[in-house]
Amino acid sequence: MTADETTIVERAREFLAGHDPDAMGREAFLRARYDAGLAWVHFPPGLGGLGAPRGLQAVVEREFDGTPQLDVGRQAIGLGMAAPTLLTFGTEEQKRRFLRPLWTGEELWCQLFSEPGAGSDLATLATRAVRDGDDWVVDGQKVWTSGAHMARWAIMVARTDPDVPKHQGLTYFVCDMHASGVEVRPLRQITGEAEFNEVFLTGVRLPDTLRLGAVGEGWRVAQTTLMNERVAIGGTPGRRGGGMMALITETWRTRPELRTHDLHRRLLELWVEAEVTRLAAVRLREQLAAGTPGPEGSGMKLAFARLNQALSGAEVELLREEGLAYDDWTFRRSDTVDFVGRGPGYRYLRAKGNSIEGGTSEILRTIVAERVLGLPAEPRADKDVPWKDLPR
Amino acid sequence: MTLLYSDVEEELRAAVRALLADRCPPSAMAARAGEEPLYDAGVWKALACDIGVAGLLVPEELGGAGASPREAAVVLEELGRGVAPVPFLTSSVMATKALLAAGTDAATELLGPLAEGRTTAALAVSFAASPYAAAPDTVTASPRAAARDTVTAEDGTLTGRVTAVAGAEAADVFLVPASGALYAAEATGVQPSVSLDVTRPVAVVTFDAAAATLVAPDLGPLRAALELGAGLLASEQLGVAEWCLATTVGYVTERRQFARPVGSFQAIKHRLADLWLAIVQARAAARNAADAAATGADTATAAAVAQAWCGTVAVRAAEECLQLHGGIGMTWEHPLHLFLKRAKAGEIALGTPGDHRDALTGAAGLPAPA
Ligand SMILES: Cc1cc2nc3c(=O)[nH]c(=O)nc-3n(C[C@H](O)[C@H](O)[C@H](O)COP(=O)(O)OP(=O)(O)OC[C@H]3O[C@@H](n4cnc5c(N)ncnc54)[C@H](O)[C@@H]3O)c2cc1C
Repeated sequence: MTADETTIVERAREFLAGHDPDAMGREAFLRARYDAGLAWVHFPPGLGGLGAPRGLQAVVEREFDGTPQLDVGRQAIGLGMAAPTLLTFGTEEQKRRFLRPLWTGEELWCQLFSEPGAGSDLATLATRAVRDGDDWVVDGQKVWTSGAHMARWAIMVARTDPDVPKHQGLTYFVCDMHASGVEVRPLRQITGEAEFNEVFLTGVRLPDTLRLGAVGEGWRVAQTTLMNERVAIGGTPGRRGGGMMALITETWRTRPELRTHDLHRRLLELWVEAEVTRLAAVRLREQLAAGTPGPEGSGMKLAFARLNQALSGAEVELLREEGLAYDDWTFRRSDTVDFVGRGPGYRYLRAKGNSIEGGTSEILRTIVAERVLGLPAEPRADKDVPWKDLPR
Repeated sequence: MTLLYSDVEEELRAAVRALLADRCPPSAMAARAGEEPLYDAGVWKALACDIGVAGLLVPEELGGAGASPREAAVVLEELGRGVAPVPFLTSSVMATKALLAAGTDAATELLGPLAEGRTTAALAVSFAASPYAAAPDTVTASPRAAARDTVTAEDGTLTGRVTAVAGAEAADVFLVPASGALYAAEATGVQPSVSLDVTRPVAVVTFDAAAATLVAPDLGPLRAALELGAGLLASEQLGVAEWCLATTVGYVTERRQFARPVGSFQAIKHRLADLWLAIVQARAAARNAADAAATGADTATAAAVAQAWCGTVAVRAAEECLQLHGGIGMTWEHPLHLFLKRAKAGEIALGTPGDHRDALTGAAGLPAPA
């Protein structure tokens, strides 16, 4: 163990000795853990961390195994996207106000980026924010907003200047989801449930203190969010043969009558692909811990999407007659995201979103090609045209 | 465990890369291919002795560098990137591992000169032998069959022949599986075959009452050598794939058609992005196999995973490289054919990807159908 590691382990053990989650309750325990700097150790002191190397987070997680944990399904956007963006671009006051309840899960976050007319081409978005004294007044419509129905806050990009090219006129805000004029309507998905929503913003007043980064700098701030989003989606190595693979392996192992040579061949191929993807994610983690983040993040998301889709498709096929059934089409607003939860039919359908949410696989391939491999950009028709003059 | 490269490994890489770029760049080899044997004793001597790669796996007390399979793997990456025609994999990795695993006096005696690069050894088994198949001499033990394709030991001599032996042209001594044991012997004849892989040709090796020394009483060391060879071959394949990707990216960035660099067309970008991802995965798998071989934990699964993935990726990279070079890719003059040949032969070597996937049946918990 390095000196750093020993100090962190000591701190964690000291904390655990003085805080009994059973006695104090989950939320209070998580708050205290945050205040002790043991939430995300690489964050600065006072903001849940100790300014320690990122690699030591794994050490902390090991010590806190078996204590109350974060609800990653509900908190994914807050933890994976809002937090790193707040950390990079937020004022001291914003960081202090938002990070603690974000980490404990007392306040959930959503992401108001996509719009009906702006998906992959996010920078064309049309939601307007107009300055009015110390406030901004926001009008527009967002779509596919996961968890908007549970969220207390949102990260949001809006257009503040239509007269300049599309990337330049954007500003990034924290949107108060309880403000008047915010209306959230569920959007039913192919799985039957509603995980995401349409969000209508009508004359929503946001104080300027909720702006994140400079006026007109929204695109740059959004880039930080998107990069973190891709690492968050793809970069978490599970255990060997785990996740979606574990479910299908279990069925294969316990139901010999379902086995076919064709599926055996395909499943072995997928097992190898899952294992090399896991190893690549482990390697990415090591690079991040060593402080040299590679461009592998986008690649990992691509790999996970392909694997989840191939595995969930094979699982329905393996089950044959049972694959004809579905567990439940009831329309409800889901309160957490669980890719491997529920039945095989659900998994098959939900996995389809893996190559769309957080940037489609096509967009990610273009990012890899241009930013990692350095291939020439495609001709861009909209580069120097003011946003208001773009054909729509 | 770590899947990253250490500073020492990066220094070793830089030394090997610089030497190869100077002494046998792929373009020069392409120009020579087909006219003379590509094996270059001078280059091998410089690598083996000056840089000291021959003794990497040999402990210091036996005259080696006492390094680990992790360092050997980095050397292999560079040898793959340069399709170098040198017997590192066959002699310094596989034959050396067989001798280390045997651990007998006879084996130890051979290791010293090997580690110093004074002699070179090869396993007298087909390069296509998989670590999972029964040892070759258990298949035919009769004298007549022996005359055809295996070797039997009698009175301290070996008789028979082995086909498709890699690294044979450079080998002073062969490690020969015969009658269930492992022997060391000089060959009576080495007949180079016309080989698919021109930078690592195979040969027919014959033993005609050749004097032999018993190295190990069983074939455990041979299997250990094949497994390590398979695990580390993945690193060579990674190097092959990396050269192909980098060369293709360079070419499509410069080559223009329809008034644009062809690399600006999305159909091409996306293919290369997918290939890049496959190579990222290959790097992790190859590093993991090398790391497992170094620590001795989980070696069989790590090697099988790496081989199942990297063999295919190297072939795919070379095939993409050829396709995206258009007509130039089909020429003898452009060095990429050396990489395609190395990649395709490597896919077959030491077990095909399918063999390695089958071997994972147990580890994956996916038993075969009845
Ligand atoms: C389950 C789920 C949850 C989501 N959650 C959120 C959320 O919480 N917040 C949020 O803001 N958004 C969210 N999204 C939206 C998501 O980010 C967008 O759907 C996505 O970016 C694609 O945009 P689009 O749907 O408008 O498709 P489009 O951009 O219209 O794309 C249509 C097709 O064209 C392809 N395409 C587009 N441009 C190119 C190009 N340049 N080259 C090649 N192909 C191209 C796309 O890959 C796709 O196949 C979610 C989506 C899903 C499926």
